[in-house]
Amino acid sequence: MSFPKDLRYTHDHEWLQAHGASWRVGITQFAVDALGDITLVDLPREGDLVTKGQRFGTIESVKSVSDLYAPVSGKVTAVNAALKDAPELVNTEPYGKGWMIEVEPTEKTELDELMNADDYGKHVAAQ
Amino acid sequence: MQPRLRTPLFDVHKRLGARLIDFGGWEMPVSYPAGTIKEHKAVREAVGLFDVSHMGEAYLRGPTANAVVDKLCSNNVAGAPAGKAVYTLLCRPSGGVVDDCIFYKRGDNDYTVIVNASNTAKDLDWFREHTDVGCDVIDVSDDTALIAVQGPRAIAMVDTLAGGTLAGMTSFTFRDAEVAGVACVAARTGYTGEDGFELACRNVDAVRLWDALLAAAAPLGGLPIGLGARDSLRLEAKLPLYGNDLDDDHTPLEAGLGWAVKLDGRDFLGAEALRAQKRDGLRRQLVGFKIAEETRAIARHGYAVKQNGDVVGVVTSGGPGICVGGAIGLAYVPPALATAGTALTIDCRGKDVSATVVAGKFYKRPQ
Repeated sequence: MSFPKDLRYTHDHEWLQAHGASWRVGITQFAVDALGDITLVDLPREGDLVTKGQRFGTIESVKSVSDLYAPVSGKVTAVNAALKDAPELVNTEPYGKGWMIEVEPTEKTELDELMNADDYGKHVAAQ
Repeated sequence: MQPRLRTPLFDVHKRLGARLIDFGGWEMPVSYPAGTIKEHKAVREAVGLFDVSHMGEAYLRGPTANAVVDKLCSNNVAGAPAGKAVYTLLCRPSGGVVDDCIFYKRGDNDYTVIVNASNTAKDLDWFREHTDVGCDVIDVSDDTALIAVQGPRAIAMVDTLAGGTLAGMTSFTFRDAEVAGVACVAARTGYTGEDGFELACRNVDAVRLWDALLAAAAPLGGLPIGLGARDSLRLEAKLPLYGNDLDDDHTPLEAGLGWAVKLDGRDFLGAEALRAQKRDGLRRQLVGFKIAEETRAIARHGYAVKQNGDVVGVVTSGGPGICVGGAIGLAYVPPALATAGTALTIDCRGKDVSATVVAGKFYKRPQ
């Protein structure tokens, strides 16, 4: 399995991509494959504060429910409203229309802990 | 960890790109590339193939087999005519459920039983423990493959592959058949809420039968179906799953399976406890509930049902209602909360969610 080179990754199988001052957050193809068909994505509101490592939302697949953990601390600056009616976008376009939130980080050093695609690939291969 | 068990169709699943999971020690497909939702809909709209070879099969035979079966089964299996398949519970003296299973009556003192994969060893021990000389319990699980063919196109499709020999069969009957040149036992049974067959054949013939079925199903919009959709389909049809909705601590009466408990003049294991329960009334009942689409919540196995802040029941199965909308599930609740239309409060991971009790199946197939 290969992962887009222009994204950064967490051990919890989330990806991040810079969008102006914010970072867009989604889940990786590896996570999507493990979850199966996604039926519900519960996300915070714009303006909410999230804390690195804390739950910021949940994702329900046909079979199970999983927590989404904030990859960095900061303020939610955008939420993908399309997922409310079309959660399957996470399955079909995990790196595109299936993005979840954008966060403006408050602790910039937290970004240094993110992995590049090669390191994330090794992390996945070890699972 | 125990070594993984594999069915004779394991290589076929890999070839089809299935995602494999550990299911009670078996390495089984949870979904194929189409995904659970498309697989679920294919069974409702066309036809689906399920590898259920992990289920256990045994023969109960010998001069006292009728008596043994009558003693072990809540349903009147021994009184059924030859050629009939009968759903029954195996109960403990307490009335709790050892397993639910289907007995095929081949003739007097001659039965085949199909049991849940995760319970095979326990059930065989149970049979042997309650069998005296005169009834042999023969485990054929490792020699038998089982393929379920389910959906509105299933009957005609299998009948064509069997040269028109199966069309006249009624629900819950079985007969020896040849499907696509493979000798098998064809039963008009299933676990999806759809019409269909379950075909038992020898392991060595399993791939040939599967390939012929899939080749016939594909042009009809048919798909191979994983355990994910098997679970969502059975839930929509309100069919209980052992280990979720049935267990040692709940009786068939509490589970709403009174139709498979024939007490009249019979003295099977658990009958006394079930008679007492019938006389004294139930303290909890398994009900179906629905959560409205706009509530955007799914209640799952183990979530608490609450009333005025107290836990009064528990969800045993739950998931999205793929063909009926919203979320659906089953829960044990006190009788006062079991009437259709009653509002339940379910603790969904710390959030109180409102659900409504519904009577009957969530999904009923068009007649």
